[in-house]
Amino acid sequence: MPEVRLALLQKLTALVMLPLVAGHIAVMIYAVQGGLTAAEILGRTQGSLAWALFYGLFAVAVSIHAAIGLRAVLHETLALGGRALAAVTWLIFLGLLALGLRAVWAVTAA
Amino acid sequence: MSTGGVMTVAVWRGGPEGSAFQEFRVPGQKSQTVLDVVIWIQQYRDPTLSYRFACRVGMCGSCAMTVNGVPRWTCRTHVKRVAKTGRIEIAPLRSLPVIKDLAVDMDPFFEKWVAAEGRFHPQRTRDQPVRETKPQTRRRRQADAAIECINCAVCYAACDTVAASPDYLGPAALNRAWSLLNDDKDSGTEAILAAAGAKGGCHSCHAMGSCTRFCPNELDPMASIAGLKRASIAAALKRKG
Repeated sequence: MPEVRLALLQKLTALVMLPLVAGHIAVMIYAVQGGLTAAEILGRTQGSLAWALFYGLFAVAVSIHAAIGLRAVLHETLALGGRALAAVTWLIFLGLLALGLRAVWAVTAA
Repeated sequence: MSTGGVMTVAVWRGGPEGSAFQEFRVPGQKSQTVLDVVIWIQQYRDPTLSYRFACRVGMCGSCAMTVNGVPRWTCRTHVKRVAKTGRIEIAPLRSLPVIKDLAVDMDPFFEKWVAAEGRFHPQRTRDQPVRETKPQTRRRRQADAAIECINCAVCYAACDTVAASPDYLGPAALNRAWSLLNDDKDSGTEAILAAAGAKGGCHSCHAMGSCTRFCPNELDPMASIAGLKRASIAAALKRKG
């Protein structure tokens, strides 16, 4: 993928994450006011399509954003390039996506 | 006119096959640049010392060296400013292959200017009249802000991204590309944006700002690169739409 598209994708995912991070932190602060248990969290999230979409989108955006960022770090620190760099970037993206979506599934599936 | 003081000057000696600092004792003068010190060593202590300079007035961009770990134009760097402890360490510029002593091979630096399309792309022939330029337009002011680069490679040596990633075009080449992109007389817009958006182009920059911090002409290559990033992304979006 051309560098300019990766740059664009990383900026777009950052834009997507901005309100999601704010929402995540706001709900976290609000929800713990009266103490919090795992059962209470799951009671709110399980079966909720809204929370599934909220954190599903979050997981997708993070996976793309972080994979592109780590790609730059790997290129500069390990001098990786070409197909090896592309392969590792895809691996990071898919790994983060799998972990993220698995977690979203675990807390939102009814 | 000597001030009577003597300073210790450690100069990087040798080439790619092996090198080390060699110390010299150099008499201090009332007004003395780092380049004066290097010239004194070559004239009075070791005629085999290799280095590069031409104009001595900050115009030609050939005398840049690493002075006490910082890239500087040596002809305009006064000893008083850098020799606070009475010792100066002079080394070749970082990120460029050393030919011998303080002289580096500038080829990779200029090859990247070419790769960044940092050359003029004319619209007209010499038989046509020169195109009028309006100095107050926004584009022209952006072109002017970036145009005073003297190709000294101080920004290139200061850039940690260049040091980490040899395919990165670097601040000087991209600054030049930005200047040309804003020049109404240049017709290379597409070529410049393609080079800027390619591997090693403007999107490799992490905006750490060493180029702007160390540019002896007080240019702002980081802002030029930011401009290129915007233009490159805007062009990519336009192509899609």
